[in-house]
Amino acid sequence: MSEIRTLKDLAQKPDLLMSGHRLCAGCAAGIIARLALKATRGPTIVTNATGCLEVATTIFPYSSWKVPWIHNAFENAAATASGIEAAFRAMKRINKGPLAKYEHVDVMVFAGDGGTYDIGFQSLSGAFERGHDFLYILYDNEAYMNTGIQRSGSTPRCAWTTTSPAGTVIPGKREWKKPIARIAAEHEIPYVATASPAYPMDLVKKVRKGLEVEGPAFVHVLSPCTRGWRYPPEKTIKIAKLAVETCFFPLWEAEFKNGEIVYTLSAPSERIARKPELKKPIEEYLKLQGRFSHLFRPKRREDLINEIQQWVDREWKLILKRCGKL
Amino acid sequence: MSSEEKLPGWREIPIAGVPYKPSTEYKTGDWKVYKPVINYEKCTKCMFCHTYCPDGAIKIREDGFPEPDYDFCKGCGICAEECPVKAIEMVKD
Repeated sequence: MSEIRTLKDLAQKPDLLMSGHRLCAGCAAGIIARLALKATRGPTIVTNATGCLEVATTIFPYSSWKVPWIHNAFENAAATASGIEAAFRAMKRINKGPLAKYEHVDVMVFAGDGGTYDIGFQSLSGAFERGHDFLYILYDNEAYMNTGIQRSGSTPRCAWTTTSPAGTVIPGKREWKKPIARIAAEHEIPYVATASPAYPMDLVKKVRKGLEVEGPAFVHVLSPCTRGWRYPPEKTIKIAKLAVETCFFPLWEAEFKNGEIVYTLSAPSERIARKPELKKPIEEYLKLQGRFSHLFRPKRREDLINEIQQWVDREWKLILKRCGKL
Repeated sequence: MSSEEKLPGWREIPIAGVPYKPSTEYKTGDWKVYKPVINYEKCTKCMFCHTYCPDGAIKIREDGFPEPDYDFCKGCGICAEECPVKAIEMVKD
């Protein structure tokens, strides 16, 4: 990772996701895919579960990917990656085939929250258990944005979606967000991290680390969605940053070393752990997004805002405890 | 894709519908309402605009300054919002 130290070094690396893709203006998935591909080492094979990124980057006959790329269904992104990695190892073993000449191949998966939290979870869990050497990047936009904003296991409580509409009966989605990164860490895989496009160097370093470790790695990236979260497109990075600053989405890494899962906080969250007064109230994050507007208009729902704040505090405390800060 | 171009029939397209053209042939620049204009007197070459651009539409010139590629810029305005010295202004295209 010596060659990328600053954003200037990062800018020197060529873009492997080309312009001309048809993601919405201001979509964070484009930023995440661009940055993640800049962190790759050498020959890279990308497999992409169905989702916004896949649909928008490979509209026939155009493709935005400058790396070998395979599309697969929601269910089997991790299974496809397992197959690629197994094929590479087999070619290496018999020293025959197109991949045999490479020292290593970076196998990457890009999948959205629908393809990870809900539909693709069985193949992901299986691939972790078998210990294939690949990196799974989850860009989490907190609903099925590609098909028109339906709730997923990742949608936070009280968020409006088309299948959990906010009204007089229910205040948006009724369930909490599933802690997927912690679940992945409990698989005792070598590397799990959470990252945010608002902290690009942190994201790039984590992706690179995930590629370098032997065995499966999982990076969970929060990907604000301008259409589904209902905010003006220029606020993408601001919202991603606020998610970290309010501790709604703390940044951490978990490594499995000597039979133990070692959690460490990353710099932006570490700062808040050291100076708790820097932690912003969750309201600042909620009020920027239209999907939470029913918490403020026509009547301010103090009870629901408090409920979300308590959930955030609980999750943050749990992460602090795991990181040995409490 | 221009409307006159003849599309290949099902016999000519690659197996499993493999995309065979780079997306750079599809200009997304006409989506935008506002375009970013960089004030090079203020620019400090911090590279935030290049890093945060979802479309990779801010290229780095030989002299190290960023330059928007209006062929692909969708006009989201992230660059102008995130520029730490406010060197980027969004003007009507």
